Amino acid sequence: MSATMSRMAMIRLGALAASGVTLLGLTLAATAAPRRASGAWTPDERALLRSLSLSALEKLPVDPSNKYADDSAAMWLGASLFFDARLSGNGKVSCATCHAPEKGFQDGLPLGKGVGTAGRRTMPIAGTAYSPWQFWDGRADSHWAQALGPLESPAEHAGDRTQYAHVMRAHYKNAYEAVFGALPDLRGLPERAGPVPDSTRSHAWASITPVRQAEISRVYANIGKAIAAYERTISFTPARFDRFVDAELAGQPHTPENTFSDDERAGLRLFIGKANCSTCHNGPLLTDNHFHNTGVPQSTNGAANDSGRTTGVRAVMASEFNCAGKHSDAAPESCSELRFAVTEGSELIRAFKTPSLRNAVTRPPFMHAGQFGSINDVLAHYNRAPTAPAGKTELKRLRLSDSELRQLEAFLKTVVSPVSFPSRAVSTSTTPK
Amino acid sequence: MRSTYSGHSNGISGLNRRLASFKSYRLTFLIVAVAAFSGCMAWMAPPANLDYSRVRSSVGGQYHAAIKPEGDSIPKGKLQKWTLHLETANGSPVDNATVTVDGGMPQHGHGLPTKPIVTRHLGNGDHLVEGMKFNMGGWWVVKFHVNTTAGVDSVVFNLKL
Repeated sequence: MSATMSRMAMIRLGALAASGVTLLGLTLAATAAPRRASGAWTPDERALLRSLSLSALEKLPVDPSNKYADDSAAMWLGASLFFDARLSGNGKVSCATCHAPEKGFQDGLPLGKGVGTAGRRTMPIAGTAYSPWQFWDGRADSHWAQALGPLESPAEHAGDRTQYAHVMRAHYKNAYEAVFGALPDLRGLPERAGPVPDSTRSHAWASITPVRQAEISRVYANIGKAIAAYERTISFTPARFDRFVDAELAGQPHTPENTFSDDERAGLRLFIGKANCSTCHNGPLLTDNHFHNTGVPQSTNGAANDSGRTTGVRAVMASEFNCAGKHSDAAPESCSELRFAVTEGSELIRAFKTPSLRNAVTRPPFMHAGQFGSINDVLAHYNRAPTAPAGKTELKRLRLSDSELRQLEAFLKTVVSPVSFPSRAVSTSTTPK
Repeated sequence: MRSTYSGHSNGISGLNRRLASFKSYRLTFLIVAVAAFSGCMAWMAPPANLDYSRVRSSVGGQYHAAIKPEGDSIPKGKLQKWTLHLETANGSPVDNATVTVDGGMPQHGHGLPTKPIVTRHLGNGDHLVEGMKFNMGGWWVVKFHVNTTAGVDSVVFNLKL
């Protein structure tokens, strides 16, 4: 591709050399297109701004793999499960341990800390129901499949599916059966058993008949589906950025609640123009929900070398809990993201999912293993576009000045708002629905 | 640019003005060259002469092709089904082709975010293409590689999202 780009550059330069007027005009267009003395927005910029406002967010997509996704009884069951530390090997770790509501459903740590230390940074939850892929590497293709990963991970909840089935029967029998039907008979089953790395529990799992294994796994999948029904309600509320855009496009006068400073306005122009941020951070959630190698350095926090989407796509294709699997409620032909996923190629190496930039400035440290401690570090990285530790970075050097980086930071601070979620289960400092 | 230049060159002779203009030209050329080769292509506009039409001839001239995306516009970030219509150069529908799909963003150096597949031959030269998706705005190319007993050829479409 680089050869193609070089050829294009040569053609471009040749054409420009033929006409000084064209050269000047195109240079201006290339280097200063977004800037106008009047501060007005072009039609293309207005369309782009409209697409970034939370007002443009469509209704939640249907998850065909989870027929309980929009069931309110499942949602409330999921809310309880989300905060229940009995769903862990040591009885001390719940989903909310790392996905803390008061911190925007993340933990502020470089690497998640459950029973042990996870290999990556905890991702926030708001708006992720719009993504076809979950986790930094997209190794789950639904919220419910995502929820099941940490529950059996030795570093996170460190439990197992037989243990969780016992928890459901002991503490959630009525709520579970009201949504999913009768729980299976668990008499005679080990207290702890599952397809986990721990040899005692994996051997215990192997001793269970396939029929009973399937029953337990069904309960396990349903735990994920209930948690997913809760997680998909966790959403962003409008930020000052959204109010600014909506007022700006409507030609309404700005009030203190929807105005931008000169730096914030300049930062927005950079965001959608020269700094090229909105290429990947697009749409009202400011993410393309895809995977990119942005040359992020290796972690110095103890995380292992990470190949990103390369291993993530293999995991999701092989997962018993994917959209096409036996626990999914979807017809296999409706699992389009899975059917048409790119499963190999150098572009997957060290490619990680684009996170939403909503509330991003409130969530240091940054990147998939907390490699950068401040938003300044992140912006400096994108400005510098260093060589990737593995694979090839998609970044191009930006050559932004210090003042432009400051303006970008000022803009990003306008995209901050409370996260909304059902309030019956918990009380936190964030704004409940 | 011209008025700015005149302001700065007030009082210089015509020769010097032409010389300064030449220097300005060289400086601008240098800026573009640096921009082009240093990787600033990502935020440069696509080439001005791109053909965005949805009816194209193949590179070798063996086939004519037309794409019909769902709806009038191509949305970002959503899987779509397209219909690809194929004809021979003399206008006969092509129904027996093996068609593969690839593409990407030339200015970004990456391919398509999905692996689209021709899932059905609909007859009369029409082929159902599933799994089309574009996750970013900008210039995309989509290439259909058509293989029949008559030969192999590729059709390239430009898209602007």
